[in-house]
Amino acid sequence: MGKRWWAYILMMPGLLVITFFLIIPIINTILPTFFVGETISLGRYIDFLQDDYYQVILLRTLRIALVTVVFCILLGLPSAYFISKVNKKIRGMLIAFTIFPLLTNSVVRSFAWITILGQNGVANTLLQTLNIISAPIRLLYTEFAIIIGSIYLFLPLMIVSLVGVMENIDTELMEASESLGANRIVTFFKVVFPLSIPGLIVGSVLVFAGAASAYTTPRLLGGNRNIVLSTLLYQQANTLGNWVNAGMIALIMIILSVLVIKLINTIAARINERGV
Amino acid sequence: MGKSRGLTVFVVLVYAFLFIPIIIITLTSFGTDSYVVFPPRGFTLRWYETVFQTESFMRTFKISMMVSIPATLLALALGIPGAYALSRYRFPGQKSLKNFFMSPKIIPGIVTGFVLFQFIVIRMGMSVYGGLLLGLAIVEIPYALRVIGASLEMVDYSMEEAAMSLGSSRVGSFFKIVLPNITSGIIAAFMLSFISAFNNVPVALFLSGPGISTLPITMMNYVEYNYDPTISALSVLLMLITIAIMFVVEKTLGINNV
Repeated sequence: MGKRWWAYILMMPGLLVITFFLIIPIINTILPTFFVGETISLGRYIDFLQDDYYQVILLRTLRIALVTVVFCILLGLPSAYFISKVNKKIRGMLIAFTIFPLLTNSVVRSFAWITILGQNGVANTLLQTLNIISAPIRLLYTEFAIIIGSIYLFLPLMIVSLVGVMENIDTELMEASESLGANRIVTFFKVVFPLSIPGLIVGSVLVFAGAASAYTTPRLLGGNRNIVLSTLLYQQANTLGNWVNAGMIALIMIILSVLVIKLINTIAARINERGV
Repeated sequence: MGKSRGLTVFVVLVYAFLFIPIIIITLTSFGTDSYVVFPPRGFTLRWYETVFQTESFMRTFKISMMVSIPATLLALALGIPGAYALSRYRFPGQKSLKNFFMSPKIIPGIVTGFVLFQFIVIRMGMSVYGGLLLGLAIVEIPYALRVIGASLEMVDYSMEEAAMSLGSSRVGSFFKIVLPNITSGIIAAFMLSFISAFNNVPVALFLSGPGISTLPITMMNYVEYNYDPTISALSVLLMLITIAIMFVVEKTLGINNV
């Protein structure tokens, strides 16, 4: 049919650009990682995953991303619930307030945390004034700093994803639940939460993938001691000139991203089956 | 339903967490000390002057503009027909093609930057600028596809059919009926993709070389070795631009619809 033919033509330019300038370059980069000398082998990957130094980095990356997701959910769920319940005018304002940090440069947002967590930063000054600590403590260039910076970076994304679904929950359902004697908290867990799961999934995927591959925050807030996969990739490629290793890290990052999406979707499907 | 006080307090604290860092940056940009101090002492606009006098900021701001605008336009030029095809036709392989269009989202930005650098710049000998433009365009395609797709969903397909049954060609009806109806969606997609391309760090990281670098990369390198309020002042200026753009998007489409 002529009509369908049009659809393929319209999509063609985008598909070609993605193929030539993303897919082929990826293949070009990862192909050499499967060769040791002239033979095809997974040797490099096995060595990499068995190396203590790289294991620590891989685990650190996963830990940071996981803790970030958990805190984004804990802070985001109540906030999104509140936003979806207030009147339209305040809701619009709050959503604008949520989107604004998202549109602000990640360097700016990490720099803000340097001024807060630094040796003579806001946090240390405050803690000393309150006599909680006697000398400045090390907050910046720690894993803690990366986690705080990542939560700060990705919380708005979680809130926006959640508000999107929560807005569409029928308020009559909540009112029905409450008129039948359930209190607000029970209503939240029995009615609102199950219906928000699609937003929670989208938000978690975005936050996990984002936190596991972010570069600016770990570089500026983690320093040299807290290397993660993205900063390792840059270090291997740029500082050490080891492009094969960098290519390997690139593939590991891609696989990680795909696995997380699959995993979270599987969990979501399970939850849906059970119907909570 | 009465408002629960506990929840309100919680949300106030969450937004304090989101905004206090921004407020601190803003206040420190006016401090007279030559390093960032909070609370700031004195009041000066000197750091704003310094921003405009710092050659690397000015030069890379221009490069950022010169690469983000064409990259965004390219992403839209590829995304608009794609979104139209996906919303108006049913065809075999539709779901896989849509996933393929969205695939740049799954690839971490730093990987996109690295593989493009290796392939386009090193292997094909293209310019760093070309690689940067393509890299930024590719990561914006899924974004453009989604925003335009959402705005196409709101266009009544029957209007287009009416135009065609009255003798207008498909191409003609697209330009006369569909395009005017999604203009605000396109403006919003342009503005938001532009901001995101402008702010991009991971893709631009590898795709910068002698004489070519973007503003965020320059800022990142500056922050690593300097701790003066110039960067606070520059941050405030960038945030003002963001607010202005958000205002435009709000006026054309309503930020809640994006």
